[in-house]
Amino acid sequence: MSSRTDSRKFKAISRRELLKLAPVVALGAFAIPRLQKPLLKTGLGFSDWASARLFRSGHLAPTFAESDLTPFDKYPINDYDVDDPQVDFDKWTLTVTGEVQKPGDYTLAQIQALPKFTQNTRHVCVEGWDVIGRFGGVRLSDFLRMIGADPTARFVTVECADDYYESLDMITAVHPQSLLCYEMYGRPLTREHGAPLRLSIPTKIGYKQAKYLTDLKVSHVLGKAGYWEDQGYSEFYGL
Amino acid sequence: MATRAIAIEDVKTGEATEAVYEHPLVVRLCHWVNAVALFVMVGSGLQIFRAFPSFGAKIPQKDLLNWPRAFALGGWLGGALQWHLTFMWIYIATGLLYIGYQIFSGNYQQVLFVRRDLPGVWPMVRHYFLFGPKPPTREAYNPLQKHAYTSAIALGALSVLTGFAVWKPVQFSWLAWMMGGFHWARLWHFLIMWAMLAFVFGHLVMVVLHGWNNFVSMLTGWKKDPEYRSE
Repeated sequence: MSSRTDSRKFKAISRRELLKLAPVVALGAFAIPRLQKPLLKTGLGFSDWASARLFRSGHLAPTFAESDLTPFDKYPINDYDVDDPQVDFDKWTLTVTGEVQKPGDYTLAQIQALPKFTQNTRHVCVEGWDVIGRFGGVRLSDFLRMIGADPTARFVTVECADDYYESLDMITAVHPQSLLCYEMYGRPLTREHGAPLRLSIPTKIGYKQAKYLTDLKVSHVLGKAGYWEDQGYSEFYGL
Repeated sequence: MATRAIAIEDVKTGEATEAVYEHPLVVRLCHWVNAVALFVMVGSGLQIFRAFPSFGAKIPQKDLLNWPRAFALGGWLGGALQWHLTFMWIYIATGLLYIGYQIFSGNYQQVLFVRRDLPGVWPMVRHYFLFGPKPPTREAYNPLQKHAYTSAIALGALSVLTGFAVWKPVQFSWLAWMMGGFHWARLWHFLIMWAMLAFVFGHLVMVVLHGWNNFVSMLTGWKKDPEYRSE
């Protein structure tokens, strides 16, 4: 098998082989401040694209027994601003806008008239912790049908009494476990947990479970993706 | 597998040496790109861990260790997630390319630890750690080396699988279930990182001990004066 050469030629061969590793240097682009941000944005965007492809409409999030529930007093109260944005329950309505046949203000009673579903599901925080809670409410898909949402629309966005805002892709929004939630642990939502109405989307990360909802919009294009998303977190973040 | 070798004659002294082509280009590319990706994954992973440095309940939270920010990458949770969710694709791509290439080229025989290598492990351990005599070398990698590299590749695969269970506990609920649930998947992901770092530490020590020619072979593919003879 042996061929012969002299040391000078061998050096040339070695140099050529070394140069073939040049593509590795391309990774250095991530170290250039001006390129780093757009590159990471592209990477996160690719992850979101892959996440949307991995999402299966018919696949249910695991559900749990009563004995697996995190005790109510050990269920964290998380918000970006205030625990209680002082919602006036008597005047509260959910304002619906966008690509719907019946826009307007919907009362809690109108929403609660839809079939009720209760499920014990896992809430996963982007920080890494998780809890299992009991959530009751109406299917977002039922509500979207009630308001005559355009079935070809791609996004549902919500705004909250504390100025938080969030978005869902339509495929996730109409998932059977996606709830407009008005009950936790069999009791009406407390103010800290988002009374009178919040999202409970067990196929999404914690920051998508918006509380104290005030507005819901159906749209073809996404304006602002969400409070945390606009600071650089994943837009899709499906679990 | 036949090894490509060259007999080299020094132009000045006329001395003859031999060089063996040990690492194909695909292997070298995957090695270095994956090394960078692993570095980023560990750094950003530790920054992500800083957001909840525990494996138990959120309330009451019992922190496991306060990992210093200086040894983490990304600056904040969102930044670290951007790094982690970008480089995981590079990490996976180089892993798959490497494994695919090794299988289809037959080059896997160089690294894959098989039953035949088992009797050679103890003499190597005795040589490295207990001042035992050096066993004769017949191939590029000795049995202990093969064991280390095969383990590292297995750890790489496990790091990806546990990562998917943590990232997508709903879509990959079966993966999380196999690992003992979401909490365990997160703990496994963390422990596998430390096992991988233990490998990297040992690997770097051996690179230093084995000298320049050995190091250069992962850059040019060619190893000068190999300890074994080409066939």
